[in-house]
Amino acid sequence: MSHGSMKINLKVWRQKNAQAKGNFEDHIVNEVSPDMSFLEMIDVLNESIVNKGDEPIAFDHDCREGICGTCSLYINGRPHGPLEGVTTCQLHMRSFNDGDTITVEPWRAKAFPVVRDLVVDRSAFDRIIAAGGYISVNTGNAQDANCLPINKEDADDAFMSASCIGCGACVAACKNASAMLFVAAKVSQLAKLPQGQPERYTRVASMVAQMDKEGFGACTNTGACSAECPKEISLTNIAQLNRDYMRAKFLENA
Amino acid sequence: MSKLESKIPEGPIETKWSKYKSSVPLVNPSNKRNLEILIVGSGLAGASAAASLAELGYKVKVFCFQDSPRRAHSIAAQGGINAAKNYQNDGDSTYRLFYDTIKGGDYRAREGNVHRLAEVSSSIIDQCVAQGVPFAREYGGLLSNRSFGGTQVQRTFYAAGQTGQQLLLGAYSAMERQVGMGTVQMFARHEMLDLVTIDGKARGIIAKNLVTGELERYFGHAVLLCSGGYGNVFYLSTNAMGANVTAIWRAHKQGAVMGNPCFTQIHPTCIPVSGDHQSKLTLMSESLRNDGRIWVPIKQGDDRSPNDIPEEERDYYLERRYPAFGNLVPRDVASRAAKERCDAGFGVGPSKMAVYLDFKFNMMRYGRVEASKQGLPNATDEEILKLGKEVIKEKYGNLFDMYKQITGDNPYEASMRIYPAVHYTMGGLWVDYDLMTTVPGLYCLGEANFSDHGANRLGASALMQGLADGYYVIPYTIGAYLSKEIATKAIDTNHPAFVESEQRVQKVLDTLLNIKGTKTVESFHKRLGKIMWDKCGMARNEKGLKEAIVEIQALRKEYWSDLRIPGVQHEFNPELDRAFRVADFLELGELMCIDALNRHESCGGHFREESQTEEGEALRDDENFAYVSVWDYKGESQWELFKEELKFENIKIAQRSYK
Ligand SMILES: Cc1cc2nc3c(=O)[nH]c(=O)nc-3n(C[C@H](O)[C@H](O)[C@H](O)COP(=O)(O)OP(=O)(O)OC[C@H]3O[C@@H](n4cnc5c(N)ncnc54)[C@H](O)[C@@H]3O)c2cc1C
Ligand code: SF4
Ligand code: FES
Repeated sequence: MSHGSMKINLKVWRQKNAQAKGNFEDHIVNEVSPDMSFLEMIDVLNESIVNKGDEPIAFDHDCREGICGTCSLYINGRPHGPLEGVTTCQLHMRSFNDGDTITVEPWRAKAFPVVRDLVVDRSAFDRIIAAGGYISVNTGNAQDANCLPINKEDADDAFMSASCIGCGACVAACKNASAMLFVAAKVSQLAKLPQGQPERYTRVASMVAQMDKEGFGACTNTGACSAECPKEISLTNIAQLNRDYMRAKFLENA
Repeated sequence: MSKLESKIPEGPIETKWSKYKSSVPLVNPSNKRNLEILIVGSGLAGASAAASLAELGYKVKVFCFQDSPRRAHSIAAQGGINAAKNYQNDGDSTYRLFYDTIKGGDYRAREGNVHRLAEVSSSIIDQCVAQGVPFAREYGGLLSNRSFGGTQVQRTFYAAGQTGQQLLLGAYSAMERQVGMGTVQMFARHEMLDLVTIDGKARGIIAKNLVTGELERYFGHAVLLCSGGYGNVFYLSTNAMGANVTAIWRAHKQGAVMGNPCFTQIHPTCIPVSGDHQSKLTLMSESLRNDGRIWVPIKQGDDRSPNDIPEEERDYYLERRYPAFGNLVPRDVASRAAKERCDAGFGVGPSKMAVYLDFKFNMMRYGRVEASKQGLPNATDEEILKLGKEVIKEKYGNLFDMYKQITGDNPYEASMRIYPAVHYTMGGLWVDYDLMTTVPGLYCLGEANFSDHGANRLGASALMQGLADGYYVIPYTIGAYLSKEIATKAIDTNHPAFVESEQRVQKVLDTLLNIKGTKTVESFHKRLGKIMWDKCGMARNEKGLKEAIVEIQALRKEYWSDLRIPGVQHEFNPELDRAFRVADFLELGELMCIDALNRHESCGGHFREESQTEEGEALRDDENFAYVSVWDYKGESQWELFKEELKFENIKIAQRSYK
């Protein structure tokens, strides 16, 4: 089990805390193996930083298998790096070449303040869900699950929307820092299911209102969000949200 | 601790829980509003408990170390969740699920708890569907099922390879709804570092705000630990990087006893280690064993690519050794069989520590069905294979993609390489039927407790247990305790017990920061992991375990004298947080070895080399070990052993056979 032989030059964003001014710092990582994940490459770098007595680069990560949505690096100008449909933690060094210079930054958005270095605060997403991203059903005596047949296509569609991991890459990718794709994914999931119907229009209105309150930008349909989304959440979700939102506003005024 | 009382209700097994529910004391709604509950953990167990308890009217505070509760490691569960619905009409029932779980656990779990789990399993599916969880469905619109190891029925509900994600998002949404209503307060990026007890009862926690480094005090009339498993004591595991034992370990040191700490599940189908840089291991869901066949070459050291090895030169060793269950034997059996083949020199891949998992046979099978459905009777083998690949893609697409991403190989074209890895810990805090630990008012739910899986957990049963505990058990059992607490006013966190507890934590943090040694936390964690894996892993023996205990003690000493942590407490400092966790792992590891050494039998995932049948199967010793090992902390490296005898009144205890 040998070390690799790639040499990587890193330009990494360092910022002590939310108030501090940040700057790029240069690092060289030697002996990088193509089998390493991008985060493992940073682990190796951090080990050497700590061994030198300095403070390691802070970055968010947990599951390291592309499902928890914690990892969040902006690599060479793209959220989650160069590959499509892949989170940072699933990106491997075989996607880079010996001698490459790689720039690593945090998500940048007003609604996602930097905590430290590459770590940002995405709690705005939780508050949007708390505003309406649910079906109001208490634990208890739900009817038998098979009393509610659901067309397979609708169920599959709802599942596709529900596969959003809440990473925030869509916000980072958007020039307006809009959270539209994230919000739309939840709105559409529930709009496609019979269980979601009773609250369908109040839900979309409350979630959009909370999104605006958090300071996310407006959606101007550039599509960058979906292009960079590691779960390939489709723009049709946004179309669905817009339709439901119009209807919600119409119902409010009617 | 003086005496262990499991508090299993009297009466026939089928009516224990219903009788309990109708006789447990209740708390009236106006009193509930004055009762505060702290929940540590926002995974399936924590989030479902938080939502359900807040719906009942209790005031709830929830803590998690991630930046959002939705990121708890339950999110990563892939394969599915069991329930005795018998939707497939294939002979399933509450009793059969109960029986399979007890047998799968190699007769080391409590009948009463397991039967209750089987009873509530059905309601979980109903509840999740009502919440909008998009389970997989058939064309007729009804729910789809698949089978998992250790069973002969199809009772596993799933959402592609992302079942945990969908279930957790359901529970998370239910909890966030309560956050919106102000009945749940969420504290993300907060790590519990100590338990506060007053007059012997759990009354609060000390948590570190991971952003500011501040220690904070929280009061609760009851505390629920839902902090997940501690598999990361092995360094490499399928757990998330942050998964740790700290919450339950700190409680353990405050008097909550540990049950069966050495019972660890090593999962047979994970992506093999690729190098020293490896930071974690990735699971390939057990559901793949539905459609995959495990094999190694018949010849030792066969270096050909798997596609070049013809059928007759492949050894489908699980099918050969266990014809009745074949590739669907329980995990412990499958893992040991893989190790046996690799140790004997039949392993494959660069490290030779891997076996193959092949899908071609089933791709062809599905392909033929598709060809027939699409009216293509003359389809060529190639066309059939193509159709079959599509079916496999729909079922396991995300897993196949993940495999490709990590290894660089395409599993649609050639067999996957897999090897066992640490996955789940059956051991944990000991709890009674109410899920209460030996500290009154302190409960433990989900993977963190020891309860339902004995010496080996069956696939798709952890999600079931986490949600059973949170949605259906704790809302009832907590009443038994809180109904007696209605007169207790909220306790001021300036109470000396809080101060003392905070000082205890502060002292550990100060000590860690002041060692100023030369070695990183990571390097110690790796070394601990290696000791555990080599000597307390898939096979254990007396000599190795004794060595491990000495080695861990020495490593711990070195830790406290030569650790280097950069930075200070009052900042976002993940190295410091990790150092606290590894310090606890260094104590837990020792207890796990002591427990494994004491249990001089093989059962489930615990394989003592001294105790095996002639065919190399695990050999239990029911006469001497039909008990839960319960360890009470008495000071550094000192524990007292208690035994909870296991009585099997409804299932005839037998040597487990999957042949
Ligand atoms: C890769 C993988 C796949 C799996 N697949 C399946 C499957 O298909 N079917 C199945 O049944 N089971 C599966 N399992 C097992 C199952 O997912 C877990 O056992 C289960 O989800 C654990 O849930 P939990 O709520 O107990 O803990 P977790 O979901 O792990 O949650 C733990 C929570 O505790 C918090 N926490 C921990 N320590 C502290 C602390 N000190 N302070 C504050 N908060 C803390 C964490 O932040 C987190 O919120 C799988 C496990 C893994 C790792
Ligand atoms: S929509 Fe995509 S990019 Fe946005 S949060 Fe969800 S998974 Fe991430
Ligand atoms: S660390 Fe979980 S998605 Fe990357």
